[in-house]
Amino acid sequence: MIGLEHYLTVAAALFVIGIFGIFLNRKNIIVILMSVELMLLAVNINFVAFASHLGDMVGQVFTLFILTVAAAEAAIGLAILVVFFRNRGAIDVEDVNAMKG
Amino acid sequence: MVIATLSFYLFAFTAVASAIFVVLSRNPVHSVLWLILTFFSAAALFVLLGAEFIAMLMLIVYVGAVAVLFLFVVMMLDVDFTELRGSVAGYLPLGLAIGLILLMELGIVFGNWVFAENAPALRSAVAPALEEVENTVALGQLIYTDYVFLFQIAGLILFVAMIGAIVLTMRHRPNVKRQSIVEQIYRDPKDSYEMKDVKPGQGI
Repeated sequence: MIGLEHYLTVAAALFVIGIFGIFLNRKNIIVILMSVELMLLAVNINFVAFASHLGDMVGQVFTLFILTVAAAEAAIGLAILVVFFRNRGAIDVEDVNAMKG
Repeated sequence: MVIATLSFYLFAFTAVASAIFVVLSRNPVHSVLWLILTFFSAAALFVLLGAEFIAMLMLIVYVGAVAVLFLFVVMMLDVDFTELRGSVAGYLPLGLAIGLILLMELGIVFGNWVFAENAPALRSAVAPALEEVENTVALGQLIYTDYVFLFQIAGLILFVAMIGAIVLTMRHRPNVKRQSIVEQIYRDPKDSYEMKDVKPGQGI
């Protein structure tokens, strides 16, 4: 049986890669959304690893809800992206403040 | 349990490597494909942890829905992605610095944490042994009893997200003809045709 620490290490690595991706692709909002998905995946791995290690099912239930919210977030985010592209003809995130609040 | 250990390292390495490629890849389509590989590896890790239902859900929701949605959007938008990559070098030091700091903080936490003494007593839903009750059954018994309201709220979130996405992206173009059901229903036979008495050999 693989120890809990191994899974936590993988999750930490994925989370940091997600943050790194947000900083690296400051302009490309599609990759930023993908990085957010990576970070949520890391959190899911943490939850399932702890749930499996402690023998508690609630961690897996929580993962289910995180999955739901991640799917909803991706759908809404991409819809906003499509509308933004339709209006501006570009997806440059640095122009996003054009709406002025 | 050599096979389990080997497969853990295989899938963990694949997950981390493909996550790095998601972030670094120049073409967003390649990013999405690497993201799919990451999700597959993570699902394999979940299977190793004994959470089969979550693993399959991961494949269905993330690979089947989210990643395909990303792929649709990437291919639908006609964006010059090379232009967007222009300033990567400028952000690289900052991103690396913040990533390293975060990794260090996580490492500090990692070296010092212990479980609370009463942690096993605080479990609210002890998982039954996998030999007795399957993972899916155990999860279902929990979701549809103790967590039924949260489960329905999760459904509501998906419903609102669906409606939101439709409302945001729907548009009516002026020169496109569409079917209007209401107009069709309220159409009156009196207005739509009239009878004429045509004399033979004359026409109208």
